[in-house]
Order: sequence, then C-alpha cells, then structure tokens
Amino acid sequence: MQVMAQMAMVMNLDKCIGCHTCSVTCKQVWTNRSGAEHIWFNNVETRPGQGYPRTYEDQERWKGGWALNRRGRLKLKAGGRLKNLSTIFAAPYLPGIKDYYEPWTYDYENLTTAPAQKHMPVARPKSLLTGENTKITWSANWDDDLAGSVENGHNDPVLAKVSDKIKFEYEQTFMFYLPRICEHCLNPACVASCPTGAIYKREEDGIVLVDQDRCRGWRQCVTGCPYKKMYFNHKTGKVEKCTFCYPRIEVGQPTICSETCVGRLRYLGLMLYDADRVLEAASTPDEHGLYEAQRDVFLDPNDLEVIREARAAGIPEDWIEAARRSPIRALISDYQVALPLHPEYRTMPMVWYIPPLSPVVDAVSETGEDGERHENLFAAIDRLRIPIEYLAGLFTAGDTKPVDGVLRKLAAMRSYMRDINMGWEPNEAIPESVGMTDQQMKDMYRLLAIAKYNERYVIPPAHYEDAHKLENIATECSLDVDGGPGMGGSGDTGGMGGIGGMDGSFAENPARGGGSPVPSRPEGVRINLLNWNGQGTPEGLFPDTTDASTTNLSKPAHPDHPGTGDQP
Amino acid sequence: MNSDLDLFLWLIYPYICLTIFVFGHIWRYRYDKFGWTSRSSQMYERDILRWANPMFHFGILAVFLGHVMGLGVPQTWTAAVGISEGMYHFLAITIGVVAGICTIVGFVGLVYRRRFTKAVLGATSRMDKLMYLVLGLVIVLGLVNTGSQLVGDYNYRGGVSIWFRSIFYFSPKPDLMVAAPLSFQIHAILAIGLFALWPFTRLVHVFTAPLGYIFRPYILYRTRDAHEGSRSRRRGWDKVDTIPRRR
Repeated sequence: MQVMAQMAMVMNLDKCIGCHTCSVTCKQVWTNRSGAEHIWFNNVETRPGQGYPRTYEDQERWKGGWALNRRGRLKLKAGGRLKNLSTIFAAPYLPGIKDYYEPWTYDYENLTTAPAQKHMPVARPKSLLTGENTKITWSANWDDDLAGSVENGHNDPVLAKVSDKIKFEYEQTFMFYLPRICEHCLNPACVASCPTGAIYKREEDGIVLVDQDRCRGWRQCVTGCPYKKMYFNHKTGKVEKCTFCYPRIEVGQPTICSETCVGRLRYLGLMLYDADRVLEAASTPDEHGLYEAQRDVFLDPNDLEVIREARAAGIPEDWIEAARRSPIRALISDYQVALPLHPEYRTMPMVWYIPPLSPVVDAVSETGEDGERHENLFAAIDRLRIPIEYLAGLFTAGDTKPVDGVLRKLAAMRSYMRDINMGWEPNEAIPESVGMTDQQMKDMYRLLAIAKYNERYVIPPAHYEDAHKLENIATECSLDVDGGPGMGGSGDTGGMGGIGGMDGSFAENPARGGGSPVPSRPEGVRINLLNWNGQGTPEGLFPDTTDASTTNLSKPAHPDHPGTGDQP
Repeated sequence: MNSDLDLFLWLIYPYICLTIFVFGHIWRYRYDKFGWTSRSSQMYERDILRWANPMFHFGILAVFLGHVMGLGVPQTWTAAVGISEGMYHFLAITIGVVAGICTIVGFVGLVYRRRFTKAVLGATSRMDKLMYLVLGLVIVLGLVNTGSQLVGDYNYRGGVSIWFRSIFYFSPKPDLMVAAPLSFQIHAILAIGLFALWPFTRLVHVFTAPLGYIFRPYILYRTRDAHEGSRSRRRGWDKVDTIPRRR
C-alpha cells in the first residue's frame, strides 16, 4: 500500500446558478494576460451544450485520455510513446484557436477620437490575432443558457449518445450548469503525454502543475487531456493549466473559484488513496465499473493500518486529521452522492460532482404536484429517464444506476428535512428507503445545505515547518531545530483549521476590518524574552502606535505571491 | 591564400561563430529557460502546417545525418569498409537530393503560411525573419552543391570536410576552403553564421528534442521542495539544510 494525499474538490450542481463568478475571478487571478485570452482554467458550461472548447468530449475526434488496448492494457488514446513523438511536428488531434474562439478586443479609442458625425461612433471588435476587424462568432460561453441550441444542441457529444427520440423531449425538460476546472487526476493523461516531462503531479497534495521553465511547447498534453484543460498560450508557446491555486492551498486557503463561488457549491478537502492500485483501477475492463473502482482506490483515514502506512509515507499528522474531517471524503465515500466527471476517460479525475436534482423537482412542480414529496420525486426519477441517462453519460460512463441512487438520496433528504423544518412528524421510512439512517440524513443535509466556510473547506496548510521554504523566504532561524531554543517557529499564521491565515489577515489589517483599527505588530519582529535583560520593553511586545507606517507595513502573513516559477 | 580576408573567413570567423554558439546556448539556458520553446503556431493554422512541417523536419533531419556522414566521417573510413567513391557519391547525391527537395518544399510551405496567414505573421519576430532568410539560403545553396556533384568534379570530402574537421582539432587548414568552389564557400559562410544566430532564435528547441520520453515512466511526481523553480540556486545562496525534513 502506497498512501498518498490528494487535494480534491466536489461541486454541488444543484446550487450552481451559472453566474460565471468563478470563471471571472479565476481569469483575473491567473490568465488575464496577452496570449492567454482563450485560457479559462475555470469555465462554466450549460448542459446540454457543446462545452469549451467545442465538443471536447468527443474522444473519437480529439483522442484524449486513455483507452484499453487489445490485451486489456492501458494506453494513451492518441497513441503510445513513438506515435506521440512522430506526430510532434504536426499534432493531428490538436484543437485550433477556432475550436476555442478568436480572441478580440474593441476599438475603444474610436469612441473618443471619431470626428463629429451624424451617427454615434462605435467601438468595433478587433481580432487580437490579426488586428483586423472581426466578427464575434463564438466565445467560452457562447451557448450559455442553451443559447443557439437549436443550431448547436445536436453537437453535444453526450447528448449524441442519447437517442434522437428523447432528445427533443429532453431539451424541453431541463438544463443545468457544469463548472469545470482541471481534474487533477490520479492517472493524468497530460503528464503521460508530455514528451519533455515538464508536467508533474505533486507528491504532497496531488496538484498537477506545468513547469514553465521546462515546457517546450510540444503541445501533446493538449491532445492527451480529455477534458481539454491544458491550454496552449499562443504568445509564450507554453502550456498552462489550472493550478488548483496552489499558493493559496499551501497556506490553507480555498482556491479562488471556491472562495468567490456565490452559491457556495464547492467543497475542498483531502482524499487519501492507494497509489499502487490506481493503474489497476484505471484498467477496469468494464467502463461502468470505473466509478466503483476509483472509489475503491480511496483509503479510509480512520483505518488504523491506513494511518500507519500514511505515517510511514511521511504524511503529517495534521493532514491525516484533515483527511478524516474531509467533506470530500464524506460526499464521495460516506454518503456516496458525488460522482466523477467522465470516468470513462480512465484518468481517475479528482473533481467530483453532485448531480442536480432541482430539474426533477421543477418538472414535478410544473405538473402541479408537490415537488417536495419523496414519492413524487422518486416516481419522477423513474419516469424522467432522459435526464438521468444524460447525467449518467456525464458522470458514470452511461450507467444510470449510480445516478439514480444519488438523485433518490437527494430527493429523500429534501422530503425528510422538509418535514422536520415544517415541524411535522419526521418520517423515518424516508431515510430507510435510500439506505441511510436519520442521523446520516441530517449530517448530509448539514453538509450540503448549511456547512460553514471551515466545514466546506478543510485545507491543512502545507506543513508550516516547510511553508517558508516554499517561497524561498529567508525566515529560517538557525536555532530553530528540534529541541533548540527557537523551536516551533513563530506560530503567527497557518495554524489548524485551515483559515488561520485568512483570519489573521482580517484582524491585522485595519483596512479590511471595517471597525476600529487594530494596531498590529510589524512583520518579522519576534518577541524573544530570552534576550530581554529586564530593562524597558522587549522589542515588538507592544505594537508601535506612534509610527503610522508600521500599521501599513502589516500585511497578511502568508506569502501572497506565487513566485516559485511554475506559472508566470 | 593568405589574404587577410581568407584568413578571417576560414579561420577566425568560424571560431567566433562557434564560440557564440556554445556560450550563447549556455547563457540562454541559464537565463531564458522560459523562452526555450519551439513556439508552435499550429493553433493559428494547421492545413499547410500539417504536411509542410513534418516534411521540413524529417527532410532536415536526413540532411543533418548526411552532413554527419559527409563532413564527419573521413573518406578513408568509408573506403575501409568497402564503400567505393562512386558508390558513395551515388548514395550521397540521390539521398541528398531527395532530402534537400523535401526540406525546401516543406520550408517554402512553412514560409508561405508564415507570410500569408495573418495570425502567424503577427506571431513572427524580427529574429525569426532573419533566421528564416539565412536558413533558406543555406538550404538552397546546400542543394545546389549536392546537385553540382552531378556535373562538377570537386571532391568535398577531400577539401571542405577536412577543413571542417580541422577546426575541431584546433589545427585549422584554411587553404582547403580557399580552393573550394564559390557555392561551397558561401554555403559554409552562411551556415557558420547560422550557428552564431542559433542560440538567439527558436532553433534552440532542437537541443531539447524529447528523446528521453521513450524511456521515462508515464506519470511523474515531484515533491514541493524540488521545484523551487527549476532554476538552480545562485552560487553563494545555497541553503543551509540542517533541519531534517519531515517528508
């Protein structure tokens, strides 16, 4: 058993309103640059729809992910090592810029410099590739809210697998939003496709990153990634990808997309898994077995043997503890309501989704029936085969049983908790009907409906003893060895609970505090009573209120710049 | 020989250019790893690239191997393994002409798309243009030289090749180049000039051809400690690693 820790995400699609706040904040933080216009580490797709880049799920066309060869062994769908190298001069399955969209800007200058004329001057769209006038015909969310689905809807590769007869019916039934980031897979096809070896999975937290200094722009990873979350920066000639906001994760903060999510639908936490069994699980012959197989790879952090092995693998105690409290673990393994996106790509993705029930509720309500009653909902789940099949096409390689099970649990929870909230007699038969106890049901309800910040995001900071090394900040004290006088570090940030840095910065920074300004200690000054001779006050014991500039000096104590050369 | 110009062209100039070539690469690798890429423009345009780029690259790889044979391997060696002069020239000319034509056709296709696809032109730097000019001339003259073997009787393996190798023995024989035909001389001058340009162009990608891919495992892991950028630490700034790592 080789225990490894993986930082993972679950998104509750019932709560997604498709506002794109995650996409926008992510772009502002990471890809608001020339050459990265088409790069959306996070994008939100309306389903059914083509997705971004268009039809990326059609692996017969794009050849992403893994496939089993005739002998049942896992190989890259685009071809093995030699094939990969031989196509390096012209990658045959690479999406062109038109499959994303041609980036553009507007000729704003014309608005102020146009001569007096009869009509209002306009800012014409200009292509950022050629500088010429352009016509905007597509973007990252052009088919938002099913826009143009009469023309384009049939291009949805998932829908194409659901037969024509039900297609029409389906489009009238429901739509939902699918926010997507890099899956940070356990068996990443991008890493395997990279000829240079510039892409790697971090041992500590499983985040997949591109070493920008080693990437040579061979762009095979773009083909390799079935989710098309490797993006070629057309100015730098290098590939960029979602970083899982590793500088934030390292100090115990959630990713930007999670932090700013309006619907609070994202959960972050650790999963422990057995790295030795990943390949075997990814090679499961039956596609329908992949979801189960991946769940079996995860380890139970309460299991004594797992704990022993985890310690042997060098996973720190606070990380094992965080894995126990992980909301991801609860949603994937305990309640089993989260499902992986396209397990059939065999990459073992680690961003999972709770499929949406609300369209089913809406469908019931529209008939005038009680959309909160579990009998009605169960009946609707049975009857609405098309949406279920579509969801199964996304999350379980087409196997409707797990999707059925999840939706029933969500429906049962809805109905059961309504009784309680209305002060009616709780109906114990409801949790039983989906194989749960009433306490489990209440716990799941709490996690899905009212979980607070530190319940949704259980992020153990990178070991504090290492944290300053991450950013190459020279804060090491030479006496800071085990048993030495400086032992233990300053302890001013990054404690347990994941939001230490966040809270600290909030309290320390008067600009954010809103109320009365809290004077703060200058950064880097430590109180050391051992050096104090008893005369006067030790340096740094009291905040310096006379000098206003020291207050301004205080800033969040976590290193807030990436700076490790991994992403520009 | 021994006009100053001859001495400069066939003795001093090659050493200057090769020095720039070597130290230029070291410098670029140390200070501009981020810029070390093939700068693919496939995203902008793929229809021409799809045939022209492999044609050019496989062609020029064959041309490179031809040069290794022609310039690197002495005539006496090939004779020793029983390849007659006539046989050698037959092979050199046929393979050389086929490879040369592939290279040129591919090159023309690539330059065409670079010039006439707006987006690709926009992504072309001034250095690119200079490099394409020199590279194009070198390739054309190379093909002319190969073809000239059909009519002329200049044995480059008795002249240019020996001069080329003599540079690396540090006992240069510039007289041999003075005696070479003009087209060989120009080809050599431009090619050596290209070596001086090399480290400052996108051609650097040649030296990171990913041959190791065949032998490495598919999935790579790195620890956080190992990736302080892939820049090595500056001299004098080494960390004092006294604390045993917990992981």
